[in-house]
Amino acid sequence: MSGKDRLPIFPSRGAQMLMKSRLAGAQKGHGLLKKKADALQMRFRMILGKIIETKTLMGEVMKEAAFSLAEAKFATGDFNQVVLQNVTKAQIKIRSKKDNVAGVNLPVFESYQDGTDTYELAGLARGGQQLAKLKKNYQRAVKLLVELASLQTSFVTLDEVIKITNRRVNAIEHVIIPRIERTLAYIISELDELEREEFYRLKKIQDKKKIAKAKTEAQRLANIEAGKHVDAANMLDEGDEDLLF
Amino acid sequence: MNGCMFNIDGGYLEGLCRGFKCGILQQSDYLNLIQCETLEDLKLHLAGTDYGSFLANEPSPLSVSVIDDKLREKLVIEFQHLRNHSVQPLSTFLDFITYSYMIDNIILLITGTLHQRPISELIPKCHPLGSFEQMEAIHVAATPAELYNAVLVDTPLAPFFVDCISEQDLDEMNIEIIRNTLYKAYLEAFYKFCLAIGGTTADTMCEILAFEADRRAIIITINSFGTELGKDDRAKLYPRCGRLNPDGLAALARADDYEQVKAVAEYYAEYSALFEGAGNNPGDKTLEDKFFEHEVRLNMQAFLQQFHFGVFYSYLKLKEQECRNIVWISECVAQKHRAKIDNYIPIF
Repeated sequence: MSGKDRLPIFPSRGAQMLMKSRLAGAQKGHGLLKKKADALQMRFRMILGKIIETKTLMGEVMKEAAFSLAEAKFATGDFNQVVLQNVTKAQIKIRSKKDNVAGVNLPVFESYQDGTDTYELAGLARGGQQLAKLKKNYQRAVKLLVELASLQTSFVTLDEVIKITNRRVNAIEHVIIPRIERTLAYIISELDELEREEFYRLKKIQDKKKIAKAKTEAQRLANIEAGKHVDAANMLDEGDEDLLF
Repeated sequence: MNGCMFNIDGGYLEGLCRGFKCGILQQSDYLNLIQCETLEDLKLHLAGTDYGSFLANEPSPLSVSVIDDKLREKLVIEFQHLRNHSVQPLSTFLDFITYSYMIDNIILLITGTLHQRPISELIPKCHPLGSFEQMEAIHVAATPAELYNAVLVDTPLAPFFVDCISEQDLDEMNIEIIRNTLYKAYLEAFYKFCLAIGGTTADTMCEILAFEADRRAIIITINSFGTELGKDDRAKLYPRCGRLNPDGLAALARADDYEQVKAVAEYYAEYSALFEGAGNNPGDKTLEDKFFEHEVRLNMQAFLQQFHFGVFYSYLKLKEQECRNIVWISECVAQKHRAKIDNYIPIF
């Protein structure tokens, strides 16, 4: 299972070096992503706070605006239709800008007044002051709405990005780094194994050599005992059998 | 003798009107209304008054606009009843009253036509008191020129239009200025008509109309500060039939700020009193509120005399104020904004 989950790589010194550099890279990436996630999270919290604040304010402002409509109606009578029929274009428009937070583009909406106030003279004969108040209140409400919309959009975008970043951080932390570490451990263990085998082989050869030496010595002694004269061995012709493991 | 002659034609209607007037809500009714917690409570209280069960057939989630519509509907029915039973010169007098609504309707239709809205959509949105036969025909006019030549000259408002607005003005002038010019012409014509009737009618009506004219002049002046409306244009909108005419209007035309308007009003005892009590701080009554109260007072005084037409005008105005009061209270109740619920204009 997880123990066996490692990169398919031939255990060698070169591969070990490669893995080590990869591990360092992964750790650095993890650190950076973590920082990014933290920065985003901070921004996210800030926006969340602002949204709550704006929403509470929104409630009050909208209430006030709705009430000033009632006040204006009380002073002026029914003026709805006259205003409605006079509409030609939007007076408050929205510009969209981009704000960059840790590489994430957040849309920021900005409202601005387009053209002059076409209803300047509305309610000239009665209720003009109430209407002016009404316009002011609703302008404030619209501005707040735009602000809220911009915050909400940022909120949603940030939420998405934070999720992705967190997933990446977790993937690096819990999958990629352990896998590289396991691969490294595997490589090290294989290399150690090789070394032990080499050592054992050397020992074995020494043993064999010792036995062979003892045998020839015994042979020589036996020959001397038997009175046979044996020529000194030819240095060039060892006569050894080839060793086979 | 005077009363005898009046009663031949107007006695029944005057009696009817005075009967209607007794149905206007009393202070104690208002005290009940402002204690309501929901619109349903309000409906219950209104059912106990002269309004009876006018909201009975409305489906349960009651909205303020429904109340508004129903109140207006009831008023319109009463007024049309009066109008249908009237004979000359009372019928002309009642027609004159409806002209002010016609002006609003015409303005609405003109605005709609200029912005290419379908007229059939606009007709139901007009005030029922200001509807006239030619209104349906307005949809034949596609351009402002046609509207002027084919439709407007045939309406009862034609004399007002012919005098002060030319064909080109329809395109260029701000719609609010057209409305106020028309209204000025209307007030002056109404004033002349009342003078022509003479007698008690002239006494009561001229006072009310003079106040209306002066109020318009003062409010227009105050509201025009800080707008693109110049002094000369402003002076053209002042109805010239009030007490301020001519010296006060000339002074108003020169005024640059609120203090100067106030200084002009100082010369006229009743207006200076209104300015004294008005303030712009929250909690204070605004100048417009003061004017409304004064208007109500004048309209009440019309009922103190008999054998004249002023009662019809006064009744309509009082009833309108009452509708606005009820709508105001309903709005306050619906929006749970009780702090200002007492700002209605008491009638009795």
